[in-house]
Amino acid sequence: MQNIIFYSLAIGLLIVSFFKDKKKTKQSLKKAWKSFENILPQMLAMITFIGVIVSVLSPETISKIIGNSSGWYGVIIAAILGSVTLIPAFVAFPLAAILLQNGAGYMQLSAFISTLTMVGVITFPLEIKFFGKKFTILRNSLAFTLALVVAFIIGKVVV
Amino acid sequence: MKLLKRYLMFILSLGLVAITFIWNSDIGAKSVNTIVNSSKEMMLLLPPVFILLGLLDVWVPRDTMVKFMGEESGLLGAILAFLVGSAAAGPLYVVFPIAAAFMKKGAKFTNILILIGAWSNTKIPMLLFEYSALGPKFMFTRLALNIPMILTMTFVMNHILNGDEKKRIYELANNF
Repeated sequence: MQNIIFYSLAIGLLIVSFFKDKKKTKQSLKKAWKSFENILPQMLAMITFIGVIVSVLSPETISKIIGNSSGWYGVIIAAILGSVTLIPAFVAFPLAAILLQNGAGYMQLSAFISTLTMVGVITFPLEIKFFGKKFTILRNSLAFTLALVVAFIIGKVVV
Repeated sequence: MKLLKRYLMFILSLGLVAITFIWNSDIGAKSVNTIVNSSKEMMLLLPPVFILLGLLDVWVPRDTMVKFMGEESGLLGAILAFLVGSAAAGPLYVVFPIAAAFMKKGAKFTNILILIGAWSNTKIPMLLFEYSALGPKFMFTRLALNIPMILTMTFVMNHILNGDEKKRIYELANNF
């Protein structure tokens, strides 16, 4: 669905651009390719690392570690797991539902999801390339800390 | 040689896959499967994103970006950054080149932080998944907490990073 929207938008605008100015269109495609090629090595390395990590950790293993009674220990583990993995939302949430059924707690799942979407240890090199070291470290450590705060409140509110 | 150096991390990670295979062929096969699937997903998602960024770079005048999301854009700029981030799709790493393209065109630093925050927390497709997987109470509580969290992160980062550091971040964005 998201792909259909992106592709229609990109192709549609490309056609409009082509009729308005061929040279500018060529220039924009060149820029698109240049920036894509620029980050391709990091992207490929990242995806390969993630593939290995995600296959080593099965849902059963994760549920055991971040169970309902695992408390803060489980929250921290969940936050670390969320930080080192990077999976798309349509995989992450069904996975979260399976983890819940297998006995994971809401507080731990909240920490897992928040860090999954905000903290990226594997995307570090890529983020540094775009924003520099200090920004990257600051953003990720703040996100990690706040994910724990949100998890704490979720643990109090959602039972 | 230069090419080899650029792809060194990727080659090393392929080595990791090989080690996984030797250690346990089931898990090895599973990781290859995951890698192929996510590569497909990435190769499908990224081309239109980069084409759109290329078009943005060539067609949108700097003045337009400055007007809507620049230093003087105020609350409107912040809301716009929030909406762009929430309406988008794709994992966190896709927002990096987008944020860089916006910075290059003169978007304000805090708006960039809001964009990244919204992208990673309040994306609408993600909220729908969360709703169905973990229930309304979980999703709405987290949403209510995520908005002040995005603002806190924006505020803190904007204050910790000084003018020089921000300038350097903008220079990095200009390289793309």
